[in-house]
Amino acid sequence: MCVVCGCAGDGSQVSIEGHGHAHPANPYSPAARRAKPASRAAEPVLADHAHVSVDPASGDLHFGAGAAKVSVPGMSQARAIRLETDILGENDRIAAQNRRHFAAHGVTAFNFVSSPGSGKTTLLCATIEALKGRAPGLPVSVIEGDQQTAFDADRIRATGAPAIQVNTGKGCHLDAPMVAEAFARLHRHDHGAARSLLFIENVGNLVCPAMWDLGEAAKVAILSVTEGEDKPLKYPDMFAASRLMLVNKVDLLPYLKFDVERCIDFARRVNPDIEVIRVSATTGEGMDEWLAWIAARMQPAVAQPAAQPVRAS
Amino acid sequence: MHEASLAGGILQLVERTAERERFARVTHLRLEAGQLAGVESRALRFALEAIAPGTLLDGARIDIDEPPGEAWCMDCSVTVQIAQRGDACPHCGGYRLQPTGGTELKVIDMQVED
Repeated sequence: MCVVCGCAGDGSQVSIEGHGHAHPANPYSPAARRAKPASRAAEPVLADHAHVSVDPASGDLHFGAGAAKVSVPGMSQARAIRLETDILGENDRIAAQNRRHFAAHGVTAFNFVSSPGSGKTTLLCATIEALKGRAPGLPVSVIEGDQQTAFDADRIRATGAPAIQVNTGKGCHLDAPMVAEAFARLHRHDHGAARSLLFIENVGNLVCPAMWDLGEAAKVAILSVTEGEDKPLKYPDMFAASRLMLVNKVDLLPYLKFDVERCIDFARRVNPDIEVIRVSATTGEGMDEWLAWIAARMQPAVAQPAAQPVRAS
Repeated sequence: MHEASLAGGILQLVERTAERERFARVTHLRLEAGQLAGVESRALRFALEAIAPGTLLDGARIDIDEPPGEAWCMDCSVTVQIAQRGDACPHCGGYRLQPTGGTELKVIDMQVED
């Protein structure tokens, strides 16, 4: 485009009063796309300026027909592009898709976030075992996120629950497309259950996973008492994004200087609504409360297609 | 380092826009990363500069606006400014705050060349 007059040029030798020069060919310019020799001949003055288009039938002038929908003297149409677009918009769109997909199948998904070593996998295994007694027949499946190895998925599978490992490579978090892909491979549409649970164990990282919506019903932050009680203040975004904080490994409290009340107070500073449950995967303390919390947030059951009648021989 | 993923998302957004709007180069990209958005602006800038070579963003000037954090104090019923999550209300000293501003993470606009 022409930097002097701002017109978009159409590749022909254009001369405008006050400055004569050749415009470089530009196949993308509005003028090139619109080129209509007949009307150009009829409107010689306007043809030089690409900001305006002429209705061939009525002769009306349209100054807002270009890409920018407005004519600004000195600026070409394609030059300034206003987006106002959410950077995470694409992820959020797929997360919303996941959420609808989960709801359609009666799946309740929780996204577990914590530092490495907080006991996420151990707690998930203990939860799956406890659910076997409490809610037999309730299918539970797990998506395991780690940078490398399938160790965690192996531990989950040892409980009998189906699990799929997602290795993020250098990635520091799971995103919605990863979960969509994993769920498509994990979910069996023929299990016959009207409701099921999906646990998503995010990459152990108390910073990055906070921003990515996966389509979960809730983020659950796990903080073990072997960590610092001030972590909610040090990593506020994660605790702000979570619905529930599980204070894990409480069986170790007698050996540690960890003030649980202070920790909860810090968590509520960054998220006044956060719920808190104290648990120990080892002793089972708090498991009743934790399972009740899950039960209260389950998706309503969906009607299953009628099972194929078994033909009597 | 989720800023690297975000930079990739920004590039993807720019490339999609280029398909639609037909341009060859971005000369100036303006982003908004609020103070409560969970993004370190310097890291985001570094990540963008790292992935830019050979892309539409090569050589683009990058501006990152950082609107201040704002929150609604449930006890005072006023909007207050906070620098980060976990800050107290400057009026009552309480922590019953709901962030209302400075949480955005957006591409605002860009200047492009054909």
